[in-house]
Amino acid sequence: MSISVKDVEYVADLARLELSEEEKKEFTEQLNAILQYFEQLNELDTEDVKPTSHVIRMANVLREDVVRPSWPLDQVLLNAPDEEEGQFKVPAVME
Amino acid sequence: MSLFDLRIQEIHNRLAHKELAVSDLVEYSLERIRSVDGKIRAFLTVDEEGARAAARTLDNQMRDGDNERGLLFGLPAGIKDNIVTQGLRTTCASKFLANYRPIYNATVMDRLNRSQSVTIGKLNMDEFAMGGSNENSGFHPTHNPWNTNHVPGGSSGGSAAAVAAGEVYFALGSDTGGSIRQPAAYCGIVGLKPTYGLVSRFGLVAFASSLDQIGPLTKNVEDAAYVLQAIAGHDPQDSTSAKVDIPDYISALTEDLQGLRIGIPKEYFGEGIDPQVKEAVLAALRELERLGAVCEEVSLPHTKYALAAYYLIASSEASSNLARFDGVRYGVRAEDADNLLDVYRKSRSAGFGPEVKRRIMLGTYALSSGYYDAYYLKAQKVRTLIKQDFDHIFERYDVIAGPTVPTPAFRIGEQVGDPLTMYLNDILTIPVNLAGIPAISVPCGLVNGLPVGLQIIGKAFDETTVLRTAYAFEQATEHHKRRPQL
Repeated sequence: MSISVKDVEYVADLARLELSEEEKKEFTEQLNAILQYFEQLNELDTEDVKPTSHVIRMANVLREDVVRPSWPLDQVLLNAPDEEEGQFKVPAVME
Repeated sequence: MSLFDLRIQEIHNRLAHKELAVSDLVEYSLERIRSVDGKIRAFLTVDEEGARAAARTLDNQMRDGDNERGLLFGLPAGIKDNIVTQGLRTTCASKFLANYRPIYNATVMDRLNRSQSVTIGKLNMDEFAMGGSNENSGFHPTHNPWNTNHVPGGSSGGSAAAVAAGEVYFALGSDTGGSIRQPAAYCGIVGLKPTYGLVSRFGLVAFASSLDQIGPLTKNVEDAAYVLQAIAGHDPQDSTSAKVDIPDYISALTEDLQGLRIGIPKEYFGEGIDPQVKEAVLAALRELERLGAVCEEVSLPHTKYALAAYYLIASSEASSNLARFDGVRYGVRAEDADNLLDVYRKSRSAGFGPEVKRRIMLGTYALSSGYYDAYYLKAQKVRTLIKQDFDHIFERYDVIAGPTVPTPAFRIGEQVGDPLTMYLNDILTIPVNLAGIPAISVPCGLVNGLPVGLQIIGKAFDETTVLRTAYAFEQATEHHKRRPQL
C-alpha cells in the first residue's frame, strides 16, 4: 500500500491538522517509508490469533452511581483561552 | 561527595539528629540547578518558591517534634512535564500547553506529597513523550551530562539528565516504549518501568493508554524501590489500575541470587548492537552468574516485529488521545481563526511539533475506514504473539536480561529527519511495554565515556525479583557510583 499527497490531505483533514505544502510532501515520503516497514507484519500468519488490547486481565470497572461534587466553575475556566458568563467561548459554529 | 549521594536512610538520620534540614537539601538542589542547568537544560519550570515553602513546612514539622516522617521525607524531586501538578505549569514540552496550569494533581503527585518529598520543578521531555532524544521538545533540547554534545535519550530525557547531573535526588518519568529505561541507560542511572496498572496513570497526560506507565529514575536501585513503594497501588480514579497487594520492595532487596534463572534472548544481541555495548552487557551477565544466577540462552522469536506493532498501536492510540487538544478548554488557541473548525485546525497545527503531527497522521491513517484491519487489528494480534513469547520464557525463567539499548547515546542532530532510524533505538525496550511487564535499566559500564544499561525484565507484578536482581548486580559492581564531570 502506498499513500499519495491526496491521502495525506484527507488524513490531515480527519486529524484536524492544517499542513503546509512542504509538510505534505515530507509526510507523504515519511509515512510511505514507515508503512512499508509495517509490511513485514504480513509475514506473520495471525489468522487464529486473538488481538490484545489490554495486557492485564480485568472485568468492567464499575462504581456506585452516586452524586459527587465536581470542579467549581471558576477553576474549570481557569485555563480557558476565551470565556463568557461561565462558559467556554468559541467563534461561530454555523454560518 | 555530593549531598545527593547519601542514602535515604542516612539523610533521614541526619535530619533526625538536626545535622541537616530539608531547606539544606532544597537549597542544594536549587544551587546545583543554577550552576549546571545552563549546560544540561533538564528543567522547563523550576518552582523555587513552592519548593522553599514545602521545605519550611517539613522543617517546622521536625522542629515541633513530630517524628512521623514520610518515606521520601525531604527528598528533592523532579517531575516529568507530562504529569499534572496542581497550580504548577505542565506543558508536555509542547507549545500547545505553554501556559497550562492544571487545577488538580496526578495521583502520583498526591502520593509523593503524602510521602513528603519536595517537588523542585518540571522536567523536559520529547513533546507529548514522542521521541527518544529530547530533540522533539517544543522548547529546547536537553543535553547528556556525560557529554553535552550527545542526547540524554527520551522521552524522559530531562528526568534522566537531572538525576545524573545531581540536580534532584530522584525523578519521575513515564515509559510507553522505553521512555524511562532508554534515557536511564544513556545517562548512567537506574530507571524502572513498573507493570502496566501498578502505578496510577490518573493525571498522566495520555500518549498511548494501553502502554503508558509512570516510574522512577534514580541513582541506584534502593532509591528506585523507595520511590516505587511510595507511588504504587490501586487508584479508583484510574480504571486500568490493578487491584493487587503491594509488597515491601525495600526489604526485598537482598544480594542473594542463588539459583535465580535468567533467560538471555539471543535476539537482543543481534544485528545493530554496538560490539562494545555487547561486551559490557556480557560482562554484566557473567557477574550475575558469579553471584549464583544461572544464565541460559533463550529465544523471543517475534522480537523483530515488535517495533512495527508498537508504532501502529502507539500512534493509533495517540491520534485518538490527542484529539482533546482542540484549543477550546485549555491550551494556546490560534488567534486568526474565523470559525470553530478553524480553531481546531489552526491551534493544533501551530501548537504541535513535527513528530507529534507525524504520529497523529500515522495513527489517524491506521484507524481510518478501510485500513483498521490491515494495520491496527494486525498490530494487536502481533502484540499477542509478543506477549506469548514472554509467557513461554517465564514458565522456566525468573527474569530475562540483556542490553537496554543497542548503542550508547548518539550525538544531538545525528538522527533528526530520519524517523525510522530513530525508532530503532527502542527495539529492545518496546516489547516489554507491549507485554505490560516490568523492567529496569541499571548502569553496567561506559563506552567511549558514555554509559551502557543492563536491562532486567520480569514477570507481571514481580517487581521484587527485578529489583533484587538489579540490586545484587549493583552492589557487586561500581558502575552506579560513577558520576559525570560537569
